[in-house]
Amino acid sequence: MDSYALLIAATLNAGTILALAALGLLINEKAGVVNLGAEGIMLCAALAGFVTVVHTGSDWLGFAAGMAAGALMAAVLGVLVIWLNTNQYAAGLALSLFGGGFSAFAGIKYVQEKLPERPHFSIPVLGDIPVLGPALFRQHPLVYVAIALAVFLVWFLWRSRLGLVLRSVGESPESAHALGYRVRWIRFAAVVAGGSLCGLAGAYLIVVYTPLWVEGMVAGRGWIALALTTFATWRPARVLLGAYLFGGVTMLQFHLQGVGVEVATQFLAMLPYIATIAVLALISRNPAWIRANMPASLGRPFYPGS
Amino acid sequence: MDLKKRSLLQAAALSALAASALVACGKKDEAAPAPAPTAAAPASAPAAKAEPLKIAFAYVGPVGDGGWTFAHDNGRKAVEKEFGDKVQTSFVENVPESADAERVIRDMAQQGNKLVFGTTFGYMDPMVKVAGEFKDVTFEHATGYKTGPNLNTYDSRTYEGAYMAGVIAGAMTKSNTLGVVGSVPIPEVVRNINSFTLGAQSVNPKVKTRVVWVGKWFDPPNETAAATSLINGGADILMQNTDSSAVLQTAEKMGKRAFGWDSDMTSYGPKAHLGSAVINWGPYYVKTTRDVLEKTWKASPDKIWWGVKEGAIDFVSVAADVPEDAKKKLESVKAGLKDGSFSIWKGPIADNAGKEVLAKDAVADDKFLGGINFYVKGVEGKVPGGDKK
Repeated sequence: MDSYALLIAATLNAGTILALAALGLLINEKAGVVNLGAEGIMLCAALAGFVTVVHTGSDWLGFAAGMAAGALMAAVLGVLVIWLNTNQYAAGLALSLFGGGFSAFAGIKYVQEKLPERPHFSIPVLGDIPVLGPALFRQHPLVYVAIALAVFLVWFLWRSRLGLVLRSVGESPESAHALGYRVRWIRFAAVVAGGSLCGLAGAYLIVVYTPLWVEGMVAGRGWIALALTTFATWRPARVLLGAYLFGGVTMLQFHLQGVGVEVATQFLAMLPYIATIAVLALISRNPAWIRANMPASLGRPFYPGS
Repeated sequence: MDLKKRSLLQAAALSALAASALVACGKKDEAAPAPAPTAAAPASAPAAKAEPLKIAFAYVGPVGDGGWTFAHDNGRKAVEKEFGDKVQTSFVENVPESADAERVIRDMAQQGNKLVFGTTFGYMDPMVKVAGEFKDVTFEHATGYKTGPNLNTYDSRTYEGAYMAGVIAGAMTKSNTLGVVGSVPIPEVVRNINSFTLGAQSVNPKVKTRVVWVGKWFDPPNETAAATSLINGGADILMQNTDSSAVLQTAEKMGKRAFGWDSDMTSYGPKAHLGSAVINWGPYYVKTTRDVLEKTWKASPDKIWWGVKEGAIDFVSVAADVPEDAKKKLESVKAGLKDGSFSIWKGPIADNAGKEVLAKDAVADDKFLGGINFYVKGVEGKVPGGDKK
């Protein structure tokens, strides 16, 4: 029982990285911009967060640095795809490749640097409940922030005026433009906000999850997050659940090995990707469903005055 | 717009140039430390000073990885220290195990290096190829199995370090469950898991070992996750056969114990660290360099495999709270390995299905050790793909 409590705790921890990044990408995509640069953004943000914690000793400054790095890189992408109307897919890929290479190069000196001792967290009273405490209430604050963020986004996108404007920019930028909204700036704000969340995910990965820097240490989580937004059909609550599912599969694979259960680990390792492809195939086959969820102008440049 | 575009392009070109210049600086040449001036300076200096022997090292990781590559670079420094201005060493780090390796190694030979060390398994075929092109250069490849007239392959008996770690783990465990984070299930790693277990059983017959494979040599987030699972599953002491310090750091975070691997990792988890199984490449690098300098280097058809006996493997920085008799046992194992009176792989040894793999008093030879694809009694589970013969 206790080991399952710990498995749940580990799942929440692993899922939070994916949830933060995927929620950021969801904001991007709801505004009509695809960001294939997530992997590169997360890598640069992880490095920025790590370097900051090494030199200041403050985790929270590390998170802020990760968010700033993410926002900066997303801003570059934003300028490229929103004002220069470059192809969103090509620009995003370039950003990922750049981020991977640049972080490796800039991080050479920080390979195998150490962070100060990692703090433990526990919510008073709740953390002491047997089984439930260790499973749910002894997590890093950002785990709860990710959950709150998903709830907030549900309200923001479907219940607030600003969210409606954001969605309209992703669905029909021409209409939003005709109504007098500044489409490009709204898209830009969404891209920067999304990028800073990807950055926060990268910083969480290195400050909380694995406190050491090595080249390419994000190891594909940016791409999983990207798949996850689609897997969740652009719904924040589903993104959160999907993140725990994907995080949980990885943890379950190691857990089963650890308790001596024979599993084909390779099979479990490929599950998240298989699941994403399956969902993609499903929603692609159902025009009504995909239209109800996918922002209609996703990936399309907007030319005012056209 | 045109102007804008042009300046953008210029900026891009400039930054590309700057980056390549910086990368070019990344390759370091370390001049040998100047020899200390002696009181009796030779009045009649030799007519012509011999050219120093140029030696190059290709590393798979960064020198600062704290583990595998770091250990190799300490070996390089030992050569510098031993031979002073008779040698000139250089290294290239982060050389991927791909076509790049061949390019880098050929480049080393072309630059006049007469001795080239390649320090990871994946450089094997590139080195075979380049060694065929440069007959006057001596090549040394770590952990492979292909040799040639000017190419030797060398390795260290890491399983001796794993056994010594096991002795400490067996004495220190409270749950009698040990955990190992494995990289890839090749004989080398399976041998280390088994040796670790045999060492633990030598002081505590009740121990069992659980293994979690991450499928890579270097994947810190997954090494962390694997270590977490092992601890959650009841293991209180971890060992790893991966290349980062993530497992030790995870043990530190979760209040359990673990070991350093390849290099002394005390500083990565001072509270968790029980000791480090280290590889000391210095003796081999110094001997090889001397052979080349004195023109006595010989091709060896077999892998040159050094361990505690030759000073290539050691177990260091034992934690203060390890009980005295465990420390004594460790010292006696070390002494026995040094003088050859003790063999780790001596029968009777059974696999975990109960089949005897080594009969009583039989000692495993290197061929047996090189083909281990089973778990010994006490390790749980099956070697992935181990039932294929």
